[in-house]
Amino acid sequence: MLKALARPVWRYRGFIMGNVKREFQSKYRNSLLGAAWNVLNPLAMILVYTVIFAQVMKTRMPGTGSTFGYSIYLCAGVLTWGYFAEIVGRAQNVFLDSANLLKKISFPRLCLPVVVVANATVNFAIVFGLFTLFLLLSGNFPGWPYLALAPVLGIMILFSIGLGITLGVLNVFFRDVGQFFGIVLQFWFWLTPIVYNESILPERAKKLLEFNPMSAVVVACQHILLNKQWPQWGQLWFVIILAVVFCALGLYLFRRHSGEMVDEL
Amino acid sequence: MGAIIVSGLGKAYKQYESRWSRLAEWVLPGGRPRHKLNWVIQDVSFSVNPGEAVGIIGINGAGKSTLLKMITGTTQPTAGTVMVSGSVAAMLELGMGFHPDFTGRQNVYMAGQLLGHRVEDIHQLMPEIEAFAEIGDYLDQPARVLSSGMQMRLAFSVATAIRPDILIVDEALSVGDAYFQHKSFDRIREFSKQGTTLLIVSHDKQAIQSICNRAILLNAGRVAIEGDPESVMDYYNALLAERQDQKIERLQSQNGKIQTISGTGEANVVDIALLDSEGKRIEIANVGQRVRLQVKVEVHADIDRLVLGYGIRDRVGQVIYGTNTDLKKQVLADVKAGTTWVFNCEFDANLGPGSYSVQTALTSTDTHLVNNYEWRDLALVFNVVNMDKAFFAGCSWLDPEIRISEA
Repeated sequence: MLKALARPVWRYRGFIMGNVKREFQSKYRNSLLGAAWNVLNPLAMILVYTVIFAQVMKTRMPGTGSTFGYSIYLCAGVLTWGYFAEIVGRAQNVFLDSANLLKKISFPRLCLPVVVVANATVNFAIVFGLFTLFLLLSGNFPGWPYLALAPVLGIMILFSIGLGITLGVLNVFFRDVGQFFGIVLQFWFWLTPIVYNESILPERAKKLLEFNPMSAVVVACQHILLNKQWPQWGQLWFVIILAVVFCALGLYLFRRHSGEMVDEL
Repeated sequence: MGAIIVSGLGKAYKQYESRWSRLAEWVLPGGRPRHKLNWVIQDVSFSVNPGEAVGIIGINGAGKSTLLKMITGTTQPTAGTVMVSGSVAAMLELGMGFHPDFTGRQNVYMAGQLLGHRVEDIHQLMPEIEAFAEIGDYLDQPARVLSSGMQMRLAFSVATAIRPDILIVDEALSVGDAYFQHKSFDRIREFSKQGTTLLIVSHDKQAIQSICNRAILLNAGRVAIEGDPESVMDYYNALLAERQDQKIERLQSQNGKIQTISGTGEANVVDIALLDSEGKRIEIANVGQRVRLQVKVEVHADIDRLVLGYGIRDRVGQVIYGTNTDLKKQVLADVKAGTTWVFNCEFDANLGPGSYSVQTALTSTDTHLVNNYEWRDLALVFNVVNMDKAFFAGCSWLDPEIRISEA
């Protein structure tokens, strides 16, 4: 079944690549600096989180001696969350946004979520590349555990695209889903230890965090980047299960309703 | 390669009572369906053999576009199956998907990729696409500064850059100017010669008849008739006329009067018909056929002079011919109330093929501006069909005898 879904998408890889490239170009198409903005925006963000937080506000992370402790902690969380939020946010609207294409041209529909992931990955790669550069320059590079980011983020991508497709299909039929999830995402952000540390929470709240899949992902990234240690893989089981469940659910909903979807656009 | 087999095809849109009904249907266990099915296409079966050119005609809303969308695969059928073999290039509403901020050239790549071509292939085809579209330097301008006609040219050039096994065209070519229409039809015809299967939706009789070897008439989501393009087109015209008639009747039933009737009402037309030489009512006349326009008039008040005038108008409402009994010196004088008169106007229908309507006027002089007893537009609609003459252009039949001699 998966093979049957994947083959046409592979055949349209040219379209996917082209789309990613175009989206990358089109965002700042009519600006003078053009593609440079793709780097300047994340650069500004990294500067705010590192220089401003560490040097100007002198925020300190309890338990670490580094000047940049809190900055690294914050970036690890915010960037990972941003990656997640971009995939889910775009995926849930992807069918609505591409209504014109879907109605007029026959092509493998699953290309669209793939484009979403690819685009988000490009954006993430830029900002995370800058962040990595900062880690190297400031002598905070975690070394080998850095490699563990790949599987951790891989799991997160799977989870977010599964969730994204599920919401995306539902959103076509019930437009409330998109609105509602926007609100959910805000709460979710603050229910994830990104800005604050898990340790400041009362015991009962900590127990609840175990059921927040994004918490496990964000904590793993923070652990790698700040503590320079390999993540505790055991904590990621829940996310992996959810990722599989949502991917299956998303594909099920997609297969069942993709035909009807065009009628609703 | 290039065959299309459509069997038992049906398409229904789900209609829910309210927004919540769908949710209930999805979520509630043991869900009974809570929607009504709104069938737009039902039980359509036909097959197109490789290399055949088939035209699909029908009034707006007959289901033509939906049918094409199901054949191309953008819409899923509710019932039945579509089997298509070979590569399909479909042009359903051209110029779509052009990104306004990208140049025409970039959009060509994008459109080509959407059609499943590889970048290298598009690269190779680019000079040819450029030459065919003939939009000059605009190719490197953002798509938003291109006119819709230019976008159409470009889109057509991309879609037909590689000869497909099946080409599906949905009224798309009407956007282009006459020059490009000819050019694109030439290309379509060329493809057809080389073995491409064609499926064309058009209202343009000329286009259907010149390209297609078969036509299918869709009416209300079903195949009404299928056959050679000419006979199908004629049937279609008759169907159109019937529709125009019904429209009048509907207007009549609303307030008991036909809205396009004006006048003071001393006399009115109670019946009007087109008869053939045997006195049988007809709706379709052959070019040059002897016909009789029979108008029955009831008089409700004493009138000094009664004049009947009529005009024959073409599809767009231009009067092709008009006369009246004053001009013909056959005025009825001192007409008493309560009498009924029958006017028989016999003439040769020397008209070009098409749909015509008759307007009538009951007046006292040769103009309805003095005493307008009744003025009636679209009193009658009839069609003229060329059944046995050689093809000719225009709205009148002025058959010449041509003598050629060497000078």
